[in-house]
Amino acid sequence: MDVFDIVGPIMVGPSSSHTAGAARIGKFALTILGQPVQKAEIYFSGSFAKTYKGHGTDKAIIGGLLGMDTDDTRIRTSLELAKENGLEFSFHETEIENAHPNTVLLRLTGIEGKTVAVQGASVGGGNILITKIDDTEVSITGKATTLIVPHKDVPGMISDVTNILARRGVNIGRFELKRSQKGGTAVMIIEVDGTVDAEVNDLIARFPNVLDSTVIAAI
Amino acid sequence: MKYDSVAELCALAKEKNCLISDLVIAQQAQAQEISEEELLARMEQSFLVMQESVAAGFQEGLVSTSGLTGGAAYQMKQAVDGGKTICGKFFGEALAKALAVSETNACMGKIVAAPTAGSCGILPAALLTLMEERNLPKETIVRALFTASAIGMVIAKNASIAGAEGGCQAECGSASAMAAAALVEVCGGTVDMVSHACAIAIKNILGLVCDPVAGLVEIPCTKRNAAGVANAFVAAELALAGIESAIPADEVIWAMKKVGDSMSAALKETAEGGLAATPTGKRLTSCVFGERK
Repeated sequence: MDVFDIVGPIMVGPSSSHTAGAARIGKFALTILGQPVQKAEIYFSGSFAKTYKGHGTDKAIIGGLLGMDTDDTRIRTSLELAKENGLEFSFHETEIENAHPNTVLLRLTGIEGKTVAVQGASVGGGNILITKIDDTEVSITGKATTLIVPHKDVPGMISDVTNILARRGVNIGRFELKRSQKGGTAVMIIEVDGTVDAEVNDLIARFPNVLDSTVIAAI
Repeated sequence: MKYDSVAELCALAKEKNCLISDLVIAQQAQAQEISEEELLARMEQSFLVMQESVAAGFQEGLVSTSGLTGGAAYQMKQAVDGGKTICGKFFGEALAKALAVSETNACMGKIVAAPTAGSCGILPAALLTLMEERNLPKETIVRALFTASAIGMVIAKNASIAGAEGGCQAECGSASAMAAAALVEVCGGTVDMVSHACAIAIKNILGLVCDPVAGLVEIPCTKRNAAGVANAFVAAELALAGIESAIPADEVIWAMKKVGDSMSAALKETAEGGLAATPTGKRLTSCVFGERK
């Protein structure tokens, strides 16, 4: 926690959890997709499902998916902007079991055909927690620069990736490895201090058994 | 410095014979690995957004996204400019500014959460009104925002700044305490006075529930922002006069946590109790969301 968590964030109202947090989840999902969104299916759960219209949660999510930050006043007109930009979207009310009351699931298709499903919760004060990427359960706050590296579950992957970080003087604050099954796909989630340049990301992505590598800047 | 207690902040400031804001600026620059100039420049951005959010809220004919609120700041400003207020121009201005920022928020305008969006009008209203009244330089107010933040961090650590966890006392109460602390520092009060102002502000609002109609940050939030800035001035005035809080700030914050914990969930932002559960509150809810709620 720092002073800007208390006097801040600078945001478009009306609610840090229902608006600012929602925009952040949208933008986070866009970064994971890595290409402009062509189609978005948005599933609101819990409090989000009940009150999304009055809080502008729908506009905030779409704003985030269009790359807007929490303080971008275009969020107010994001639904119109999305239509102008050919972003096709639909809202659904659902009940995701055992999820935080302010949870949303985003099923996205990018303009180059890539798809991803991102589930996140707005946990208060504009802070978010990404809880699921596709079928992998994760726990990402976005407070630090985060690398998300899906890869084949084979020996030596962690050392390959962390070696690159070590050589570039990048300090790891948190490391998490998730896998759905032995020998399948695993995901490294690495939170680091400071920033990571695109070159590091490219080096990681070049390993044959790395399926993808995404750097998400701290929010 | 870990922002564990108001007492810690006061003791350190006394030891170094400096303001609480000086301590916080030095510590935060170090912790965030940036220069003090960069840190101050970043806070200045927040200050500028606060000013803009006041101006935006004074527009005539403002209506919130839900349609439930809007226009109160304009009305209050008209009363102030027309010389019709009971407590004079200064106080009326503060109320009008608090309403303005809160209504800007409800209209999806840009604001600075301080500490939350629901309570975003209190801190800017208190400091910007004082700044205008006394022709204070912008730098003074920007620095004071660090004192306000430090108090907010202590409250967030030891109690809560979220209505869903602690009721409105955690949002408008925290904002009042932050504003009162900053006001006292700007007005030349001692660090002990800052601490007493913080204590008095929270004491005055202890137990206030969070009961927003339709779950939206509008009714009664907008008016509670006006009440919150009034409370900040009450606390600051008393403290600057040398009046002390019998219960120290940290114990008041502890009490706020305990009160919040014992509050029913219906009274913590769920829109199931208090004003939200009144016949009119329910009617307004169905106006916004239809009959299903």
